[in-house]
Amino acid sequence: MDTIAASARPAIGRGMRLQWEPVQNAHVLLYPEGMIKLNGSAGEIMKRCDGTRTIADITADLEHTFATSDLAKDVSAFVSMAVAKQWLQIQS
Amino acid sequence: MNAVSEAAVSPALSRPGPPLWLLFELTYKCPLHCVFCYNPTDFTRTGAELTTSDWIRVLREARALGAVQLGLSGGEPLLRDDLELIVAEAHTLGFYTNLITSGVGLTEVRLQALKRAGLDHIQLSFQDSTREMNDFLSSTRTFELKSRVAGLIKKYDYPMVLNVVLHRLNIDHVEEILNMAEQMGADYVELANTQYYGWAARNRDRLLPSREQLRRAEEATQRFRAKVGQRIRIFFVVPDYFERRPKPCMNGLGSIFLTITPDGTALPCHAARMLPGIDFPSVRTASVESVWYDSAGFNHFRGDSWMKEPCRSCPEKAKDFGGCRCQAYMLTGDAANADPVCDLSPYHHLVTEAVVRADGPLPTVEKPLVFRDHR
Repeated sequence: MDTIAASARPAIGRGMRLQWEPVQNAHVLLYPEGMIKLNGSAGEIMKRCDGTRTIADITADLEHTFATSDLAKDVSAFVSMAVAKQWLQIQS
Repeated sequence: MNAVSEAAVSPALSRPGPPLWLLFELTYKCPLHCVFCYNPTDFTRTGAELTTSDWIRVLREARALGAVQLGLSGGEPLLRDDLELIVAEAHTLGFYTNLITSGVGLTEVRLQALKRAGLDHIQLSFQDSTREMNDFLSSTRTFELKSRVAGLIKKYDYPMVLNVVLHRLNIDHVEEILNMAEQMGADYVELANTQYYGWAARNRDRLLPSREQLRRAEEATQRFRAKVGQRIRIFFVVPDYFERRPKPCMNGLGSIFLTITPDGTALPCHAARMLPGIDFPSVRTASVESVWYDSAGFNHFRGDSWMKEPCRSCPEKAKDFGGCRCQAYMLTGDAANADPVCDLSPYHHLVTEAVVRADGPLPTVEKPLVFRDHR
């Protein structure tokens, strides 16, 4: 799998919708006739993927929000996986 | 533990999850007459259709319980002139909305209105078999209609998802069908072999393909996949008659799916109305919450206490839930039996015999193909 540059700007994939579902207490990704229930960290990453922020911005925001560090590798791995699954797309 | 206290305790322990998938069959009316339609064969005897405000109340109640996917089907849902209103309300509530249509009646004006209302997805289904398929394969009227609708779907920035129902009479044309789909600009093609419910069950022996036909169709699909690569995604759904384990039908009845029929009857799957001795509730007289959690109809096939052998002691029961209740009923006369697709079912021979018969010539005069109609 190709590594995605930290300057890339991920956005929710075409035809997909991310939303918070109180009944499931989770973010879900909705797509034609289907749904993926996201775990906590996947939800926190994906809700920041608005097509304007870079992966570096998103990583910095997460590290600040959760008072932690060294998230770059995890965020990058998740974004790569999500792009491969078309949950996310990279804005050109 | 005795039976009484077990019954009193277990529903609370195993409260089912929400009805995540809501399917509205808005009307049984349809301009087509498909031989493989899964609508009930006595659909003309069902009651009046729900009103717009009924549908909207059901949307609100189901969404409050946690429903997220909404399918809008029928019949042909475009025959309801309140489709746009229903989509708009569903979108506002946070549903992901899927329109399942033959394309008949999908004008640019309506598509524009549906897009504005927030429609998320369109599946263009290839409905009729012999008449329409002949039209389709000979590039006449229907092909022009489908192409026009396909063009509109792309113009309004929806992925072009084409669903084609396969059976004995058209499965030899898979290659031509895929070429036509490519010409139409399809992004996804679902080649779905007929499932034998409703009108399709009545026509089963004329629709079930031979093993040789199935093999050739899968080969043609593979060749086409190799040619187009990632550009067109193709799903080939094998008819379950050719399997040795049953499908996990509806992920277990009453676990995810809630179908509302045109007259307001709530069902745990599209075909469940055929199951005898089970009283399915109506959203005319009950809330969605009580329909889903409290009704006898929805609780009947939850859990596994209804199961008989070989399912009851089977290690795979949590994976396939014994297969399809409707198929078990249609083929064995008892909806609690194992789905005879399973080779552990004592009735499995009914399926294998039908497959062997399909390898022979078509039945001729004694059993004509029955087109869905209003008689």
